[in-house]
Amino acid sequence: MKKFLALFLAVMMLLALVSCGTTTEVKTSESQAATQAQTAGTDKAADSNKLVMGTNASFPPYEFTDDEGEIVGIDAEIAAAIAERLGKELEIKDMEFDSLLTAVAGGSIDFVMAGLTVTDERKQQVNFSDTYATGVQVIIVPEGSEIKTVDDLEGKTIGVQSGTTGDIYCTDDYGEENVKQFANGALAVAALKNGQVDCVVIDNEPAKNFVKANTGLEILETEYAVEDYAIALAKESTDLFEDINGALKELKADGTIDEIIAKYIKAE
Amino acid sequence: MPQWIQGSPKWLQDLFYQVYQTLIYNDRWMLFVKGLQITFIVTLGALVLGVLLGFIVALIRTAHDDLSAAKKSNPLLNFFNAICKIYLTIIRGTPMMVQLLIMGFVIMTPKTDTGMIICGIVTLGINSGAYVAEIARSGLISIPSGQMEAGRSLGFNYVQTMWYVVIPQAFRNILPALGNEMITLLKDTSLVSVIALRDVTKQAQNLVNKTYQAFVPYITLALIYLTLVLILTWLLGRLERRLRRSDH
Repeated sequence: MKKFLALFLAVMMLLALVSCGTTTEVKTSESQAATQAQTAGTDKAADSNKLVMGTNASFPPYEFTDDEGEIVGIDAEIAAAIAERLGKELEIKDMEFDSLLTAVAGGSIDFVMAGLTVTDERKQQVNFSDTYATGVQVIIVPEGSEIKTVDDLEGKTIGVQSGTTGDIYCTDDYGEENVKQFANGALAVAALKNGQVDCVVIDNEPAKNFVKANTGLEILETEYAVEDYAIALAKESTDLFEDINGALKELKADGTIDEIIAKYIKAE
Repeated sequence: MPQWIQGSPKWLQDLFYQVYQTLIYNDRWMLFVKGLQITFIVTLGALVLGVLLGFIVALIRTAHDDLSAAKKSNPLLNFFNAICKIYLTIIRGTPMMVQLLIMGFVIMTPKTDTGMIICGIVTLGINSGAYVAEIARSGLISIPSGQMEAGRSLGFNYVQTMWYVVIPQAFRNILPALGNEMITLLKDTSLVSVIALRDVTKQAQNLVNKTYQAFVPYITLALIYLTLVLILTWLLGRLERRLRRSDH
């Protein structure tokens, strides 16, 4: 027993040492990068000719995989247009929505476009570009459900996509025990079809796609929340931020963004 | 913040701040405790189910093989042996994640919290059972046939010889491999978040989503799993020593 305790303590101490080592390293390299960026006026991401975008490709029509397995959608096309304007090659990484912000802050991807809503909490961690689209959180229910408005959600089991604003709002409003977190919207809708949750709170456009693809579901008239989508970048990539935001402004001004959005979202 | 922290180097202050933000602020460590409860229940349930299933399957398969070695055949045993073989093929041939998705969204579709926990236990238990079955079978066939013959010549029937002579020796032989499987199972419970269970891994991810700091939550999570595995290893070591005592 004593030996095990000693071994355990040793491992703990080793880990503590390793962990301290890495934090300092990261901190110094970050501050080095920051000073370099300030003095030379460039950062690594702005220099490389590759632009790595992180997204979660189960959020139609903003991002989804087509029949060839390529990631397409509004965000993917806007990102491609931005990359083209900056003369860079775009690479899209498909990952869990949960890990996107941590990944961009850690530098493994250059920016996030994933129908990502601007919130004050997220602003503390990343920089947001100008908004390029508006999202609405809506409620999907089975047809004939007793949930008619937002007020009926009390005490019901709500399905959400883990880490989304729908998840954050619902957990705040109705408590963690009533909110079931799924890895993506499609799984949440599958659970709704099975009757495992009473409703799903998710963004309007994907909701429309999900309802269209499944019979017996409907979207409630009342909106849960209205919000803005924007591109998220690490606080350190200041130059890239200017580049991307500038390109986004130009694309907005010449109507490219409206065109892309209209291509995927048909006006009723 | 205590005095000594303010005087310490910057990285230590950062670390302290992150630890505070992750674990202490708003009693966030309670999230780990809540997640651990789910992890515990699922692991324990699946462990019991897996060992039970595994041993039953192993006994059926061994009995069938023993019988065919004696050039005899029993239709009932043949039937169960075939079922066991199908079970092993399907479970060992598909990933755990796929099994969880199928159980959670196609077969069991649990509607309550308890239902979801049971779904997790059943899926992981069935999965583990397939591996335990082969481990147990390797133990049973490792016992020299002389043991069985000796038991039979003393007037025991097949079941009695298995129970009193073969199984106790086989169990001792398979303990290290069984321990391996148990550790794997404990770590595999981190997959249950796909059926919307908030186990300890999911809670750590949620914490990262709240604080946007990945370092402290994930290192804490790793330490939690490491501690659990060390406890399990220690318990198995004790059991092994206990069983070895009867050797002399």
